[in-house]
Amino acid sequence: MKFSVVVFPGSNSDYDAFYAASTVIGEDAALVWHKDTDLQGADAVILPGGFAHGDYLRTGAIARFSPIMSAVQAFADRGGPVLGICNGFQILLESGMLPGAMVRNDRIKFVSRLVPVRVEATDTPFTAACAERQVLHMPVAHGEGNYYADPDTLAGLEANRQVVFRYSDAAGGISPASNVNGSLNNIAGICNRQRNVVGLMPHPERATEAQLGSADGRVILASAVKALASLSR
Amino acid sequence: MKARVYVTLKPSVFDPQGRVVADALLTLGYEDVQDVRQGKFFEVELAATDAAAAKARVTEMADKLLANPVIESYRVEVLA
Repeated sequence: MKFSVVVFPGSNSDYDAFYAASTVIGEDAALVWHKDTDLQGADAVILPGGFAHGDYLRTGAIARFSPIMSAVQAFADRGGPVLGICNGFQILLESGMLPGAMVRNDRIKFVSRLVPVRVEATDTPFTAACAERQVLHMPVAHGEGNYYADPDTLAGLEANRQVVFRYSDAAGGISPASNVNGSLNNIAGICNRQRNVVGLMPHPERATEAQLGSADGRVILASAVKALASLSR
Repeated sequence: MKARVYVTLKPSVFDPQGRVVADALLTLGYEDVQDVRQGKFFEVELAATDAAAAKARVTEMADKLLANPVIESYRVEVLA
């Protein structure tokens, strides 16, 4: 299969995602410039982390209007798997492909550390290879990861099981103490109603080899391989 | 023609930056400060002559880009 990683001006995890998809997972991967309009035959699209357009105005606010985003939207509308990581998640929120918004972390601090995250749903293309309630250790690195949605939207997310990841403790316990940034309901990642578009703040692509501190992130990309294989069978 | 756009977080959205500013003011001895909400202010220069048309145009810009309606509200003023 082929992963296409979109490169925005200011992306900084684009090569990490490319490396994870190609060298670590062993699949085809391509880097696609944000001014392109073609996803180069992608089977899955990754919007990587970073600071697209310098995070000017709001995180992801300018990137959502990049030419490539029309192709990403069309790809998602056809059911194609799209993964937004950190800034990529923020872009998906700004573009309306996922509900809600990000505000500043509740304690103002930029949080950069390895955190445990519990998998809440395994029926998405990026969690299909996870165990139920599996706890993954992945790094977060963000100043605006405090997930917000109005009460109706939040209730809808929970009712439709669209919460895919929650900040937890190492044993999988969910509490205010394990909430790294003030996100409502400890939300670290969500999916759309169709479940093919997933966004998360932690960085799976930075946790793919033991020497990086954790290899738990591999399963996120391996999930896409598994999900696409089961589709084509 | 010039327009001004004020963007503020909706009352239901917690504003950690405003909270920190309020704490700093309290530290400075402004004990009467009860709350601070931080927002954004834009001045938009327009090649327009009709105030109503300018307001409609800038309101569209605010809705599409300057504010995120999920968390923010905005107010548009056109200067004569």
